[in-house]
Amino acid sequence: MHETARFDAIDAIDTVDRAIIDGLQGGFPICERPYAQVASGLGITEEQLLGRLRRLLATRVLTRFGPLFQVERMGGAFVLAAMCVPEAGWQRSVEVVNSFPEVAHNYRRESDRNCRFNMWFVLATETTDGIPAVIRRIEEASGLPVFSFPKLSEYFVEMKLSVRA
Amino acid sequence: MKAAVDAVDRRLVLATQSGLPLVSRPYHQLAEQLGMAPEEVLSRLTRMLENGVIRRIGAVPNHYAIGYTANGMSVWDVPDARVDALGASVGGLDFVTHCYHRPRQPPEWPYNLFAMVHGSSRAEVLAKVAEIAGLLGSDCRSYDVLFSTRILKKTGLRIGG
Repeated sequence: MHETARFDAIDAIDTVDRAIIDGLQGGFPICERPYAQVASGLGITEEQLLGRLRRLLATRVLTRFGPLFQVERMGGAFVLAAMCVPEAGWQRSVEVVNSFPEVAHNYRRESDRNCRFNMWFVLATETTDGIPAVIRRIEEASGLPVFSFPKLSEYFVEMKLSVRA
Repeated sequence: MKAAVDAVDRRLVLATQSGLPLVSRPYHQLAEQLGMAPEEVLSRLTRMLENGVIRRIGAVPNHYAIGYTANGMSVWDVPDARVDALGASVGGLDFVTHCYHRPRQPPEWPYNLFAMVHGSSRAEVLAKVAEIAGLLGSDCRSYDVLFSTRILKKTGLRIGG
């Protein structure tokens, strides 16, 4: 049901919605009436912009509207980690890994070249030194090695996904 | 890379990490809610935006809902001495949404450059990956593309109250 609703939502997107989604992924002003300022640039009223944002959020075209924080800049830490999970123990490993509150996202990934690294997750802890301890606990609980892939450099890219279809 | 975030900043983060109020004067509403002066909310948010605690303020689209149903994590083995220059070029491509230098894990994992590519289909993602391969040329020793085939958990990255 949910998926259907999302695909219906994209059909209902008009050119103003597209301008909002494509043009407002950053740069929202910090001032007294930011919606009014953005709305005038789009040629609509403040109330129309607010109504559209409410609809885009309600239909899940947008997951959120507001500041996007970098938690690692606040003293917390994020690390991308991966495991090579044998198919036979897959479900159990998913349950073990997901049971850790420090695991924020977890994805199954597969490649045409049968890459053995098939489980990828992001660990988030409030302090940098919390990461090695969580990794050890996941290794103990799962019986599998956890490989960590800390970010050494980030090549900054603007968020620039425009509406398709 | 750490920026000082004090207890007041933290309250602002907690109040806004799920979204800004959809009202005419959102920052003033936050100020009222938190018992702060509106000017202080504006100045603290401006500072956090400048020092990178806030990456950006705006709309966060649902990739699937806007037509990006395939996402491939392309991973590349390039010379360490060239990774920064190559990463900057790859990050500059308009279909690459994240680009990082990460450590190799020899012998299992030879790749040191990660570039996330979104598209409407696997074929489209693979065509874009081929463009990256062309850009890297002989600097690329090997690569792979890992498609996400299932979301196992997605709670988002948030700080606790």
